[in-house]
Amino acid sequence: MNILVCVKQVPDTETKVKIGDDGKSIDEADVNFVLNPYDEFGVEEALQLKEAVGGEVTVLSVGPESATSAMRTSLAMGADKGVRLNAEDVRLKDSFSIATALANAIQSLEYDVVFCGKKAVDGDNHQVGPMLATLLDIPCVSTVTSLEFDGASFTAFRDVEGGKETYTGELPALFTTDKGLNEPRYAALKGIMQAKKKPIDVSDAEFPAEDSLVVESMELPPESPPGKIVGEDADAVPELVRLLKEEAKVL
Amino acid sequence: MAEGILVFAEQRNGHLMKAAKEVLTAGHTLAEESGTEMSAVVVGEGVDSLTDEIAQFGASNVYVADDAGFANYTGLAYAEAVNAAVNEADPAVILFPADSMGQDLAPVVAAKLEVGNGSDVTKVNYSDGKVTARRPVYAGKSFVDISFRKSPAVLTVRPNTYPPEEHPVNGTVQSLDVTPSDNALRVSATFEESESERPELTEAERIVSGGRGVGSADDFEIIEKLADALGAAVGASRAVTDAGWRPYSEQVGQTGKTVSPALYVACGISGAIQHLAGMRSSKVIVAINKDPEAPIFKIADYGIVADLFEAIPRFIEELENQD
Ligand SMILES: Cc1cc2nc3c(=O)[nH]c(=O)nc-3n(C[C@H](O)[C@H](O)[C@H](O)COP(=O)(O)OP(=O)(O)OC[C@H]3O[C@@H](n4cnc5c(N)ncnc54)[C@H](O)[C@@H]3O)c2cc1C
Ligand SMILES: Nc1ncnc2c1ncn2[C@@H]1O[C@H](COP(=O)(O)O)[C@@H](O)[C@H]1O
Repeated sequence: MNILVCVKQVPDTETKVKIGDDGKSIDEADVNFVLNPYDEFGVEEALQLKEAVGGEVTVLSVGPESATSAMRTSLAMGADKGVRLNAEDVRLKDSFSIATALANAIQSLEYDVVFCGKKAVDGDNHQVGPMLATLLDIPCVSTVTSLEFDGASFTAFRDVEGGKETYTGELPALFTTDKGLNEPRYAALKGIMQAKKKPIDVSDAEFPAEDSLVVESMELPPESPPGKIVGEDADAVPELVRLLKEEAKVL
Repeated sequence: MAEGILVFAEQRNGHLMKAAKEVLTAGHTLAEESGTEMSAVVVGEGVDSLTDEIAQFGASNVYVADDAGFANYTGLAYAEAVNAAVNEADPAVILFPADSMGQDLAPVVAAKLEVGNGSDVTKVNYSDGKVTARRPVYAGKSFVDISFRKSPAVLTVRPNTYPPEEHPVNGTVQSLDVTPSDNALRVSATFEESESERPELTEAERIVSGGRGVGSADDFEIIEKLADALGAAVGASRAVTDAGWRPYSEQVGQTGKTVSPALYVACGISGAIQHLAGMRSSKVIVAINKDPEAPIFKIADYGIVADLFEAIPRFIEELENQD
């Protein structure tokens, strides 16, 4: 089975956001970059599928040279090879442009399954997966928490407001991963050594002529005023309830 | 020229979702602002009966795609129905709720139209033919203002940002001649309603969340009891979902749900940056934690430094005394 996983390099979730000189994106000095946490689920699911039925796992990323490290993390987990679509200003590109670049590269590859994360934790767009599936003209099931394959048939589950959805269909298909799908493995030292030798193919990303969305400016949320400690033990509860009722008016 | 607003009026099992009412309210605001009209599209089976309710929220025309093939949601089939409405209405702005249906569907619709999609917006403006919006990035650690260079502007609107307001109109209803194509029937789906009586986490007005301080899956009963006394949904920190005390669907935070209820009560949660990311936009935050140094107190509006097993029963008692 040929399995593709789209991976993005993102600031880690501990990052304290500082706005950069352009006023539109974050100051990347002192930021620690990691493989997008949702993409770890995609890599893990791909590896489990490969272990079950055989095949090859390819990771794709649209980004600058520095994005190679997220790809190396995926290769160290066990993916076989990488394709990097070179682009410098990837954080200001809209999702349709990213999805188009991925689709343009994927058209010429063979694939049965494509994984994307539910969202990348920088822009929180939550879009590239369903857009990419649409451009490839394959079905997409978003935010899956459980996935089963039987030959070329799949059954996918996802949690939605008020219940659960179960999808069935045939491959090829694209899935976006949600937490709960699996426990991503850690890259072992051996994997890290091997990853250095695995191939990463580089070509230029082919984007649409222009983006549809333009980021005009970035702002930090207003500082919230310091909170009030109502009391140091359970006797403070009646006062809390009074404040919630009379001051905050939420009861 | 494309003009006006089209709203995807999400329904499940014949019920108009609260998120749909919110998005209709956002759409109505935009229609007023721009001096244009709002129409809506409702997709499903047996959904004709919802058109009156949708008109209550200001939709001057409701497109209806009613077919057995739309009984259960799939992105492929619903996108065909929405596209049929888009072709009829030729809107400048298309709005969806930023929930699991809207966030699956909007990008598909946008990609077919070859445009981008502003996701999870907390504010949208439409005047002089120009659409702009504000949206959180980095899990709410900052915001960006975006503008749309291509038309239509496709957006998903964050739940709980536009409280539903009725603006009744005497609208028209137009049924769409659309059924899912063979292409759409490549996948099929079923929906199983959950049994919980509690409100949905992302829609809830009030949330009570428990963290590692609760101690065990069994002890979580105390969180459930407080939630029930408040009519609240139950949430959890990642420490709790990772330990298997509660399902992942209840995790709040950067890799869980993003919530913005009127009241968020954090019990036995330290307030790690990834947890705050998911709940910092709550209107009023209450923290109950026995460690006065816990970071959660920095963003809580009201804090109680106490053992949750002493404070919560008092809280429940006080609430019961109120009624
Ligand atoms: C990539 C990544 C993503 C993450 N995503 C998320 C996410 O989405 N959501 C999330 O929540 N976390 C997330 N985390 C984890 C996060 O960093 C914290 O580890 C987690 O939030 C801690 O959970 P907690 O507050 O319940 O536990 P702890 O930090 O252990 O805090 C427990 C608290 O309970 C208090 N306590 C103990 N006993 C009592 C008692 N009897 N009464 C009152 N108080 C008591 C303690 O004082 C303490 O403050 C993520 C981490 C990473 C690296
Ligand atoms: N630059 C990128 N390169 C490769 N994959 C990406 C890129 N951006 C987003 N993706 C994929 O799309 C998913 C959703 O991202 P987003 O829509 O940006 O929130 C991510 O989890 C990745 O799988």
